Amino acid sequence: MAEQTVKTKKAPLFHIVGRGRGQLPAYLAWGIRVGAFLLALLLNAAFVYLVVQVDPLTFYQTMLKGAFGEGYLWATVKGAAKLLCIAVALAPAFKMRFWNIGAEGQVLVGGIAAAIIMFYCTNLPPVVIILLMAVCSIIAGGLWGLLPAVFKAKMDANETLFTLMMNYIAMNLVNYFYYLWRGPKTALGKINQTTHRGWLSSLWEERDANGFLVQQEESLFTNSDFWFVAIIIVITVLMFFYLKYTKQGYEIAVVGESRNTARYAGISVNKVMLRTMIISGAVCGLCGFLVVSSQSNTISTSMAGGYGFTAIIVAWLSKFNTFTMAGVSVLIVALEKGAAQMANQYGSIGFSPAAADVMIGIMLLLIVGSEFFIHYKVAFRKKTKEVAAV
Amino acid sequence: MIENLIPWLQQGFKFAAFLALAALGELLIEKSGSLNLGTPGTMCVGAATGFISVYRYVAAVEEPNAFVLIVLALGVSFLSAMLMGALYSFFTVTLRINQNVIGLIITIFGVGLAKFLSDYFVKSTSGNVRCDEAHRVFTAKIPFLSEELGVVSKVLFNYGFMFYLSIALAVVVALFLNRTRTGLNLRAVGENPATADAAGISVTRYRYLAACIGSGLVGLAGIFCTMEFKSGAWAVADIDSIEAFGWLAVALVIFALWKPMNLLWGSLVFSICYWAYMYLPKMLGINVPTDLAQMLPYVITILVLIVTNLRKNRESQGPAALGQSYFREER
Repeated sequence: MAEQTVKTKKAPLFHIVGRGRGQLPAYLAWGIRVGAFLLALLLNAAFVYLVVQVDPLTFYQTMLKGAFGEGYLWATVKGAAKLLCIAVALAPAFKMRFWNIGAEGQVLVGGIAAAIIMFYCTNLPPVVIILLMAVCSIIAGGLWGLLPAVFKAKMDANETLFTLMMNYIAMNLVNYFYYLWRGPKTALGKINQTTHRGWLSSLWEERDANGFLVQQEESLFTNSDFWFVAIIIVITVLMFFYLKYTKQGYEIAVVGESRNTARYAGISVNKVMLRTMIISGAVCGLCGFLVVSSQSNTISTSMAGGYGFTAIIVAWLSKFNTFTMAGVSVLIVALEKGAAQMANQYGSIGFSPAAADVMIGIMLLLIVGSEFFIHYKVAFRKKTKEVAAV
Repeated sequence: MIENLIPWLQQGFKFAAFLALAALGELLIEKSGSLNLGTPGTMCVGAATGFISVYRYVAAVEEPNAFVLIVLALGVSFLSAMLMGALYSFFTVTLRINQNVIGLIITIFGVGLAKFLSDYFVKSTSGNVRCDEAHRVFTAKIPFLSEELGVVSKVLFNYGFMFYLSIALAVVVALFLNRTRTGLNLRAVGENPATADAAGISVTRYRYLAACIGSGLVGLAGIFCTMEFKSGAWAVADIDSIEAFGWLAVALVIFALWKPMNLLWGSLVFSICYWAYMYLPKMLGINVPTDLAQMLPYVITILVLIVTNLRKNRESQGPAALGQSYFREER
C-alpha cells in the first residue's frame, strides 16, 4: 500500500476571489469602468471599419457631431432626460432588491391615463387639465407598480416575471386606445391638434378672440422641452435626497441589504415594499405624463422609446446613485444618437440603423462586464514547491 | 362555421409549435437556475442567421439540395443562437453579473444584430425578400397522412417536419429532466447550487451547457417560425414580431409551470387566445378588439403565477435558485 502513488489533482490555474466590501478604492473602480468604455469605443471603431471602411477618426467625429453637435445636442439631452427619469424611478425599487422590470409598462399606463384626460376632458381650463393629467398618470403608474408588489408581499410571487408580464398588458392597452381613437383615419396624429388642450404649451400660449395662437416671443420658459428636462432634473435631485437622507430611504436600504435585519429592527418589510413600489411606479407614470404632455402629445407603444429596459441597465450600473445615472444616461443616449448619425451619413454604403443597436450592445456588455473586476479578482495558482506526498 | 374553424386550428397549431420549441429552450435554461431574458434576442439571431444562410445558398447554387438546405438552416440557427447562450453564460456564470441585466442586454444586442445582419447580407431594408425553396422544404407534408384522413389530415398532419420535431423534442426533454441522472443533476443545480456543488456537480458546467443547448433550441424556433409560420418571407419588421413571440415564450414557461409536457397544450392555449381576434368574428360574429385579445396570454400567465403561489405547491413552482448567480465563497 505504501508504494501506491497518490494521484493529486493540480490546483486550477486560476480561481476567482471576492473582493469583499469596499476593498477597491473608488478611483480604481472608475478607472476600470473608463477603461472598459475606451475599449468599447475601440471595438466599435473596429466594427465600423469592418462594415463600411470608415476610419476611426472620422467615425469618432461623426459620433460626436451626431450626439453633441449643433442642432443635435437638444435631441440627446431630451433622450437622456427620458432615460434618466425612468432610471431614477427604478432606483428605490432596485435599492430594495425588488426587480422592477416593468418600468416600460408603468410609463405606458401613465401615458394612457394622461391621454385619456386629454382626450375626454377638453372643456376644463388648461391648468386644470394639466394638473388632472399629472395626478391621474401618477396614480395609474403607482397602481401598475403596486400590483406586483402586493403579490410579492402577500405570497412571494416572483416580481421579475410578474412585472415583465405587466409590460405587455400595458402595451396592448396602448394599442387598444390608439386604434379606438384613431378610428378610420390612417394614423392617430396629435391629440387636440387645434386646441392644444392638455399640451404643456397650453399653459403659456395665448389666443386671440378668434381662437388663433398669438405669436409669442421665444424664451426658455415657453419651451416644452425645457420644462421636460427641468422637471426631470428636479425629480432626480429629490430622489437623491429621498434615498440618502430620509428615514424612508434608509428603510429601503436596510430592506435591500437584508430582509431579516429589517424585520429584526422592527421595519415592516411588506409596508416598505408596497410604499416603494408605489413611488417607483408613480415616477414612471409621471414620466409617461411628461412625455405625452410635452413631447409626443399622443400615445404609441414607442412612447417609452424602449428605454424601460435600458433604464434597468442604467440603474443597475449606477449603483442607485441618481447623479451617476444622469452621466450614464447621457453616455448611452449620446452613443445612440451618434450611431444614428453614422447610419444617416453612411446608410447608402451599408451602415444600417440596426448597426447602432449592435454598437450599443457591445458598449453595454463591456461596461457591465467590467463590474466583475470591481467586485472580484482573479487569483492565479501560486508557484510553490511541491511538497512530497508522505 | 366549420370551414373557419379549421384555418383557425391550423394557424393555432403552427404558431403553437414554434412557440413551444422556443419555450422548451428557455425552460431548459431556467431549470439550471438561469432566468435568460435574452431569449427574444437569441430567437431573432437564430432566425436571421438561418434565413441568411439558406437565402445565400439558394442564390449561389443552381439546384439547391433539400437536405443541404435543411442542415444549413438548422445548423446555422442552432450554432449562432448557441453562441448567444455562451455569451450569456460567460457573463452570468463566469463573471457573475446579474442575470436580468445581461439578459436584457442580450435581447437589445440580439435584436440589433439580427437586423444588422439581415440588412447587410440580404438587403432586407427595401422590403420583403423570400426564400420559397426553403419554405417548400420546410413545409413538405407527410404523403399519406396529410391527404387521406379528412379533417384529421387538415388539422394534425398539415405541417412540415419541424412541427413533429418540436413535439418529439419536448418529450425528449421531459424524459431527460425526469428520468436521467444528468437531468436530476441539472434540476439540482437550479434548485440549490450550493448543495449541488457540495455533491460534486459542477454548477458552472451545467449552467453553461444548459444555456448553450437551450439557446440553440430557441434559435431553431426562430428559423422554424420564419420558414413555416411566416412562409419563408423575411423583412426587418419580422424581427420585431419574432422578438414579441420570444417574450411570449418566456411567459409560456411560467404558464406551463416549468414542465415540458405542459408546453404542448399551453402553447396551444396561448396561440388560440393570440389569434382569437381574427377568427372569432368570422365564426361566431363576435367582434373582439385585437389588442385586448392579444393581452390574454399575459393575463392568464399572471393568474397562473398567482395561483401557483397561492397553493404553495413546491412541485408547480419555478426552480428555487432561478435568477441567482452562484459564487462558492458566498454560500
